[in-house]
Amino acid sequence: MSASSRDGGGFLGAEPTKSVCHEPRCRMTHPRDWIEVRKEGVFCKPGGFFIDPMHPAEIAVVTHGHADHARAGHGDVFATYETLAIMRARYGETHATIAEHPLTHGQAVDINGVKVSLHPAGHILGSSQARLEYNGATIVFSGDYKRRADPTCVPFEPVPCDVFVTEATFALPVFRHPPLEDEIVKLLTSLRQFPERCHLVGVYALGKCQRMMVAMRRAGYGETIYLHGAMVRLCELYRDFGIDLGPWDLVTPENAKTLAGKIVLCPPSALQDRWSRKLPDVLTVAASGWMRIRARAKQKGVELPLVVSDHADWDELLQTLSDVGAPEIWVTHGRDDALVYAAQQMGLKAQALHLIGYEDDSE
Amino acid sequence: MRAFSRLLERLYFEPATSGKERLLLDYFATTPDPDRGFAVAIIADSLSLPNFKRGMVLELIRARTDPHLLAMSQDYVGELSETVAHLWPSALKERSVSANEDSTAEASEGRLPPLSDVVHNLRHKPKADLPAYVADLLDCMTSPERWALLKIGTGSLRIGVSARLLKQVLAKYGNQPVEQVETLWHGVDPPYEDLFAWLEGRADAPVVHEKLTYTPVMLAHPLEEKDHRLILPETYAAEWKYDGIRVQVVHSAIGRALFTRTADDISHTFPDVLEHLNFHAVLDGELLVLRGDDLGTFNDLQQRLGRKSPSSKLIKEYPAGIIAYDLLMLEGEDVRSQPYAARRALLQAALEHHQPAGIRMSPDLRYKDFAELESFRGSVDNASVIEGVMLKRRDSAYVAGRPTGPWYKWKINPKLVDAVLMYAQRGSGKRSSFYSDFTFGLWKGNELLPIGKAYFGFTDAELKELDKWVRHNTLQSFGPVREVRKDLVLEVAFDAVHRSTRHKSGYALRFPRISRIRWDKPAQDADRMDALEGLLT
Repeated sequence: MSASSRDGGGFLGAEPTKSVCHEPRCRMTHPRDWIEVRKEGVFCKPGGFFIDPMHPAEIAVVTHGHADHARAGHGDVFATYETLAIMRARYGETHATIAEHPLTHGQAVDINGVKVSLHPAGHILGSSQARLEYNGATIVFSGDYKRRADPTCVPFEPVPCDVFVTEATFALPVFRHPPLEDEIVKLLTSLRQFPERCHLVGVYALGKCQRMMVAMRRAGYGETIYLHGAMVRLCELYRDFGIDLGPWDLVTPENAKTLAGKIVLCPPSALQDRWSRKLPDVLTVAASGWMRIRARAKQKGVELPLVVSDHADWDELLQTLSDVGAPEIWVTHGRDDALVYAAQQMGLKAQALHLIGYEDDSE
Repeated sequence: MRAFSRLLERLYFEPATSGKERLLLDYFATTPDPDRGFAVAIIADSLSLPNFKRGMVLELIRARTDPHLLAMSQDYVGELSETVAHLWPSALKERSVSANEDSTAEASEGRLPPLSDVVHNLRHKPKADLPAYVADLLDCMTSPERWALLKIGTGSLRIGVSARLLKQVLAKYGNQPVEQVETLWHGVDPPYEDLFAWLEGRADAPVVHEKLTYTPVMLAHPLEEKDHRLILPETYAAEWKYDGIRVQVVHSAIGRALFTRTADDISHTFPDVLEHLNFHAVLDGELLVLRGDDLGTFNDLQQRLGRKSPSSKLIKEYPAGIIAYDLLMLEGEDVRSQPYAARRALLQAALEHHQPAGIRMSPDLRYKDFAELESFRGSVDNASVIEGVMLKRRDSAYVAGRPTGPWYKWKINPKLVDAVLMYAQRGSGKRSSFYSDFTFGLWKGNELLPIGKAYFGFTDAELKELDKWVRHNTLQSFGPVREVRKDLVLEVAFDAVHRSTRHKSGYALRFPRISRIRWDKPAQDADRMDALEGLLT
């Protein structure tokens, strides 16, 4: 797509079509006429496919492997090799009832006349934005994304388009994630200060877990990191994709009592579950963007909150709108009112899609 | 300033007292004077910064933020200091959006002035220069640092460290008795360099004189069955134990003060009580609402507690007074070494001579033998504000702390009802994975009405069993609270029951605790509301 998309009538030149565009002299089909929000998710009408559908769909384009975006039971699934591997690890080899269609970043396919390609989103291993081109107009679905460095995945790439669809998980100016290195220092300092306590860190099992492990290694922590059973398969998968997580081991009834002064990673839901009782003198740690809000951390009984997020913070969101340069912004899940307002202040056309079902909490 | 901000951050989230203690000890050991002393002053809320106000902070942030985004943010975060801390437009690296962040945590170390400089400037800068000074500081801070700075200014840290705990930690730091720290406390000023020098063994204890100081109080042990034979009328004096709060009233040449048992100065809350003491003395007594001869209930007193500056209407409606039971100083003379009987005689004479309004002598309870004392205790009715009997050796000196023998407290027998468990909530700290806070109710018709909540009174084994029961009998969850099947009966003990308009059931229990789990009893056989009505008188 060329820069011409943003001059002239404001739209791309393309072959004459059954134009349903309401602008005079306009020959492209605006995405609002071929993208629809349905209860299953976002639907591309001419392509006959959904993006990150919440219910089994005939054709699905999946941006990344988190459970609220990647579900089992679709017919044809288009996603990156990594995302498909994650889906197989979570749902079994037969999660797609017809076929998997692995894509590399930048590679385009035609789905019923719509040109679809995936581009790095920097969120977790394999995460992508989905670019759709139809009748001369392009729309990019960012999925979940961040702009910070993350050695466990390919960094976000701005993709020029007519409509940019963005998440808004942390879309308030109070959300500014501190550097990851500082948060890791907090954890390692606490480990020195409370060497008799087991440091139990609540992290999302996919992405956050592995990113934290790599960051601890980079900060010089070489000891075995102990894992809740839910993390193991995904850590093996990251390892198979060449990401070195250092030595780790599963928490078992036998070794649990010996984990004083060690770091144990578990899903956030296990922090206050009975599972954690067998660990010695637990110090509760959680790594999430939400930890910035004190009341929220305290309410969850977290003693050491680490502000670590795989989503864009406020500054990153605004930076991204400006980097992508799309004249029109659609906002999916999160604090859409603030981001819509800020985008309008930047002179962009912006609206909220009010998608439901994508989780706020499972960060 | 950085170290102080880190300390506040950890204290805020640390639920265990032992953990808070460790964090403070580490901080004292690694932070130089005068910073650590100012930190103590800030935590103890004994630093006055009259020009650093909420309004100033609001003006600063309004000048820097879009009003809609500010409103949305504050709506989301809730608290102003935290909203501003997060929202402040900062030039720091936390804003950077570069894909290769190789800046290290240490790069910014030392960019902030020491805490003592900050405090000095906040106190002494002309009011007109203060906003610019605070803004400059905020500019070069991270969000937790900004929060710490704003909290210094607006007070009320809410980090769960009381003045009492702080003194205990200081005592532990210097391996000194806490009573001595408490005695010195009101005679020393921030940044407490003389106090730290003494605690570290580098100097003698600071000399404290001519100040309004708190004198550590003498405490009683519960009377156990084996002690009953010791209680003879010629050895032990008896008096009622009142259900108010224990206080120390001080009046000397330099002023007046009212302290709680834990040495908190509550003078501002009870200006009427300070007025009452019209001679130079230190009294030990019970703070109650006193209307002429009527003693108010603890509920009455609660209307007055925690109000920093009570209105004259409130004071008139709930006038506070003292039931005095001991005398520590009289006209500048320390009488603590005199026997209890002699101190009481001095107290009695002073009260008769000065006739203070609103201060009354706690009457002597004369008894001829233990059996009679027992019958006095048994006759206490619920409506009164008596929670038991105090027994004090007639020949005992007034000693700080809780020595065994001279003083006993003998509380009245608790009242009991069989209630049904209705809701359970997870506890905190070590109990955070257990359902250990329980709401229970009594039957009214076919309906259960909640009458109270308790979170103690069982063994660890029972706690585990209860936790299991809750998890298997949950009907629905509301956030951290679970509603359970109305199947389990708990025997609940409490000291008294009062009518209450704040509770749906119409009653409020005093000191409820779970005394037994009645696994055996069917829920429909639990007590009905009438049981409480019967216990009212």
